[in-house]
Amino acid sequence: MTTALAVETRGLGKRFGGRDAVHDLALAVPAGSVFGFLGPNGSGKTTTIRMLLGLVSPTAGEAPVLGERMPDSGRSVLPRVGALVEGPGFSGWLSGPANLARLDTADPGASGRTRRARIAESLERVGLTAAGGKKVKAYSLGMKQRLGLANALLRPRDLLVLDEPTNGLDPQGTREVRTLVRELAADGTTVFVSSHLLAEIEQMCTHAAVMSAGRLVAQGTLEALRGHEGARVRLRTPDPVQAVRVLQSAGLAQIEQEGPELTATLGDRPVESLVPLLVAARVRVQGLRVDEPTLEERFVALTGEGFDVAG
Amino acid sequence: MSRAEPARRTSGAGLALLGSELTGVFRRRRTWAMLLALAAVPVLVAVAIRISSGDGGGPSRGPSFVTGIAGNGLFVGVASLVLAIPLFLPLTVGVVAGDTIAGEASTGTLRYLLVAPAGRVRLLLVKYAGAAVFCFAAPLAIVVAGTAIGAVLFPVGPITLLSGDQVPIAEGLGRLLMIGLYTGLSMLGLAAVGLFISTLTDVPVGAMAATVVIAVTSQVLDQLPQLDALHPFLLTDSWLGLVDLLRQPPDWSVFDTNALLQLGWVVVFGALAFGRFTTRDVLA
Repeated sequence: MTTALAVETRGLGKRFGGRDAVHDLALAVPAGSVFGFLGPNGSGKTTTIRMLLGLVSPTAGEAPVLGERMPDSGRSVLPRVGALVEGPGFSGWLSGPANLARLDTADPGASGRTRRARIAESLERVGLTAAGGKKVKAYSLGMKQRLGLANALLRPRDLLVLDEPTNGLDPQGTREVRTLVRELAADGTTVFVSSHLLAEIEQMCTHAAVMSAGRLVAQGTLEALRGHEGARVRLRTPDPVQAVRVLQSAGLAQIEQEGPELTATLGDRPVESLVPLLVAARVRVQGLRVDEPTLEERFVALTGEGFDVAG
Repeated sequence: MSRAEPARRTSGAGLALLGSELTGVFRRRRTWAMLLALAAVPVLVAVAIRISSGDGGGPSRGPSFVTGIAGNGLFVGVASLVLAIPLFLPLTVGVVAGDTIAGEASTGTLRYLLVAPAGRVRLLLVKYAGAAVFCFAAPLAIVVAGTAIGAVLFPVGPITLLSGDQVPIAEGLGRLLMIGLYTGLSMLGLAAVGLFISTLTDVPVGAMAATVVIAVTSQVLDQLPQLDALHPFLLTDSWLGLVDLLRQPPDWSVFDTNALLQLGWVVVFGALAFGRFTTRDVLA
């Protein structure tokens, strides 16, 4: 389970009219993970998702999903994949359940006998049972989003691809989606979530990848991504001069002093090894803590552009 | 390890999708509005003729069928069909056929149908089948409404055919049904053209308009004697061939000619739609 990959792309690329939307992508999504897919607008996230789902054919490389090549194996792969792509899409003149029934009949493997029960269960799971009979055009954006999630959950899935799943949801709905994703992951479903809300990714995901301008700039466990090497130690002491000397001799870089406050990059040195050195040098320690970089800081460092649209 | 059930083909899965497509088409208010508008054509025709023939001055001009109406209400359906064929009917078929793929793209359902996975070929076939059913529903709406209103406003009796023979009412009704079916068949080629255009765009209105323009252009070309050699191949060439079904004995060969012509258009534009839709990137 830990080594199997739910999605593993190799050299995946897509060119639109001479411009690389996605270039040489090697995505590795471990089975059973909740995988956050990050990137500024226009960085190629949606194109990648469309390639994984067989909606767009790659111009380079391959995109095996659940062990089979897309888009050629769509017929056997896609029934095992639930997806929410670029917002919900429904026929406004049909009710929510009628829309789900329509999409469910499109799946040749879905049983007609259990359809009604599966739809009811799925609607309940996303909290839409009450709105049942209303036509979708009368739904709010949040309700449509929930209906989109219900569609992804119509059958038990091995992989869920959720593009911006909390878009349009109120804080309550956002929390429900997070809980839902955790539940699904606990059942063993691999969840691939794209989002531009870093806080959300930090709360939900075990792994993440960062895209920038069509390229993958980082991927791995959330912990590795935050970059432990980037952690800084923050020391408060009445003896800053001696303390600087101790930190220097311990091999810490980028030491900055401001009055009684010292900060330095920890590197791979365990923080607990610093205290005995300081004490031995008779440095009085008033406070010591480690600042882990947030994902957001890493993100900005990696993409170099925050959330501006890439040109 | 796999939690999802394996994708096994349940028998009739294609039929379920077709059923849901037909429900989708016929649960739309737009479809009913179009069918009602088509059904209104014979009502207008019948009422107008009833009023004018009521003044005593009999109808003196207009299509030959219209003049027959005052004498026999069963002509209302045929007369209205002939009036609707050049524009009204292709307009409604253009709306339904142009909407097939582009409409799904514009509402965002296309990507979800494909991810379901509907399968591109299967979806295309089902979409065409849905449009084809409408092709038959539309002329039948005119014929049924026309026969009903004709029976209410005018005397009904044995039909005098174009050949001068008379057939009893029951056979006359049978002929009306055949004429409706013939016209439905006539629309199948146009529906295939609409399906193809619909795969080219994400804007349904554009596909609808383009489809109707093709139907009208084809009729214009059919009027130009200089293009005589081209006429037998035109999409619309057999549209008014329905009059040959009002002879005794009926000239069934027009059915075959029409079927062959429509089949040609369905094959060519079906293939174009297939080529386009199975390879295109779905970005909508």
